[in-house]
Amino acid sequence: MKKNYLHRRKFIKGLSATGGYAIAAPYVKTSHSAGRLLLGLWDHWIPGANDVLENIIVDWGEKNGVEVKVDFITSIGNKLLLTAQAESRAKTGHDIFSQPTWYCSMFRHRLEPLDDVVEDIINKHGPLLDSAKFYAHLDGHWRGSPAPTGSFFDSMVSRFDLFKEHAGIDLQTLFPGNENRDSSAVNNWNWDAFLLAAEKLYKVGKPFGATIGATADSRWLSALFTSYGAELVNKNGEITVDSDEVRQVLEYMSKLTEFMPKSIYAWDDSSNNRWIISGQGSAIFNPASAWAVAKRDNPDVANKLWHHDVPRGPKGRYRSDNSQYWGLWDFAENKSAAKDLLRYMAERPVIDACVKASQGYDIPLIISHFNQNKTWIEASPPDGVLYNYPMKGDEIPVAPGYPAPPEIASQITTQYIIANLTARVTAKGHSLKKAIRWAENELEGVMRG
Amino acid sequence: MKFSSLYLWLRQKPRIAFFMCLPLILMVLCLIIYPFIYAIFLSMLNKAETKFVGIGNYLFLFKRETFWLVVQQSIFFALVAVFFKALIGFIAAHSINAIPSKGQRKWRGMLLIPWVIPPALSTLGWWWLFEPTYSAINWFLVKISLPAIPWLSETFWARFSIILVNIWVGAPFFLIMYLAALKSIPADLYEAASIDGANYKQKLYYITLPMMKNIISITILFSIIVTFANFDIVRVLTRGGPIDTTHLFATYAFRVGIESGDIPLGAAVSLFMFPILGTLAFIILRSVRKRAMEV
Repeated sequence: MKKNYLHRRKFIKGLSATGGYAIAAPYVKTSHSAGRLLLGLWDHWIPGANDVLENIIVDWGEKNGVEVKVDFITSIGNKLLLTAQAESRAKTGHDIFSQPTWYCSMFRHRLEPLDDVVEDIINKHGPLLDSAKFYAHLDGHWRGSPAPTGSFFDSMVSRFDLFKEHAGIDLQTLFPGNENRDSSAVNNWNWDAFLLAAEKLYKVGKPFGATIGATADSRWLSALFTSYGAELVNKNGEITVDSDEVRQVLEYMSKLTEFMPKSIYAWDDSSNNRWIISGQGSAIFNPASAWAVAKRDNPDVANKLWHHDVPRGPKGRYRSDNSQYWGLWDFAENKSAAKDLLRYMAERPVIDACVKASQGYDIPLIISHFNQNKTWIEASPPDGVLYNYPMKGDEIPVAPGYPAPPEIASQITTQYIIANLTARVTAKGHSLKKAIRWAENELEGVMRG
Repeated sequence: MKFSSLYLWLRQKPRIAFFMCLPLILMVLCLIIYPFIYAIFLSMLNKAETKFVGIGNYLFLFKRETFWLVVQQSIFFALVAVFFKALIGFIAAHSINAIPSKGQRKWRGMLLIPWVIPPALSTLGWWWLFEPTYSAINWFLVKISLPAIPWLSETFWARFSIILVNIWVGAPFFLIMYLAALKSIPADLYEAASIDGANYKQKLYYITLPMMKNIISITILFSIIVTFANFDIVRVLTRGGPIDTTHLFATYAFRVGIESGDIPLGAAVSLFMFPILGTLAFIILRSVRKRAMEV
């Protein structure tokens, strides 16, 4: 009788097959999940991140008998938004489509409710960030499922050498690249302390820079407003811009802008990146992309960058959150397979792979996925540069326009009302009364039904 | 026979003319009439596009401070830009017409370049020159000890920049139209005027300008329409900023309709141009027709 030896090749073959089944077990091909699936996804800034994401999706498709096609669509020149507008009106196109920030609110009438998918994800992995929930949980329904890429926080990205030398603030000690932070020292890191530092850095020709213009990067102002308790519209949808808190934050901005470059009123989304990468600036508000590009284009500057907490205001320390979801069009042809894929894309190994591929730029929306992720801990140079990019202290992530209801907050953001209000006071020299009256008029406009 | 009678019916001149025009009629219907009517329909819906609101969106716009700023800016932008385009085009056409015909071709070719390059691309080149922080022009100004100019971050300079780029792109159109008009003026008119002792100014006022009147009117009308509806220059250079002070109808409609997702209001903003331009077109074309009938 012939003996049935277990050869090395057979053993590896069997092991990989078993491994494959183990990974794909919850997503075994069913009669519903076959067919074709088209994805229109946000084109990542970080080189190589798209490839990793596409491989994950294609592998999933192969294991589940679904023919998957991924189109990466740039957000430059609003191409992603224009494509979404076109598809939502023509009721044809991709099945799954990226829904950054306010898209879920904008296209809510065209997006399939994903309550079953997101509830499954929450049951398995735990809750999402509150700020992230604000974007996609609309009228009691989830209109998007957490995307594995594209979400980010605007942390402060500062030149620790300049802060230490000219402002006397040791950012690496204040926000160390490990868990030994001194919370009482961090408490003193507030907007007043930042103003003093900004003045000193301005005087040595290395100002802090952040846009106050008609561009998405002006959302840092919204976090600043929230930290002062300055609400344009409250959670009940009432216009509350005429308040002491708004006046207080505008007065603060009048002082801060004296120490900022005058060109900020015309900056676009990439201006702050160029500002810090060129070595001209000392601090910006940004995700990890400026550092990632600096590593390639100006390593001397990259070696001196540090991501850390934003200053605290009278009502707390808020950092702006830019969550990205994947939505399923209500005209999608393969909803069953799409939902399976959405569940799969919230798996821990997928998120870890995407965070790694984006060099730490991508932030998970599920709180448990922040734990034990080595990408931010191990990123360098310098060692610990991204340790504080996911929030470590008392910062609270906040969506721009909060606490106004999402449909109003989205309009406040996309019509840049906070940036324009601020610029009217700081650049045009309007009185607070006149600027606030203008904002009231604009807010009446965005609240139309 | 049925077939032969159909053939005869089709062979009649009016039918042939109709069928030959049919592709054009279909194109106009599909690409102009349908989108126009659809835009009117959209502009009469509420934000969620679930309810008919009549002229509610238009009335709503009347109450918006920013909208009136856009109206003023669009008119100012169109009038100033068209005036300078016409002036520069007129001077350039005369200059080219005055040089010997052998050398005209290369000048014509060179001066047409700004008009031939896709505006989105050429404006990107201008944006590099005006870049808020690293402007190439400012680099040069600072090198020769002059102060840097806030090309895009201050209202006056931002308006100046978009008008300058619009003139740069649009002046060659006037140049070529005026040059063609100049060439069509019979030379014997000038010869007769010279014999009568007319000087350059008199020839300009009594021969050139009257002979060019129609082409000037039509060129200005066409240019006002195109300038009024400009999108790419403002979008690339300023995105409507700083503080909304360079928005035109088209860029503001994009902001409201596409970026903010309020398509009905965006449609209402863009359709606001229609009565203004329609009235202007009616007045200019009527005077052109009148002059043509006099001739």
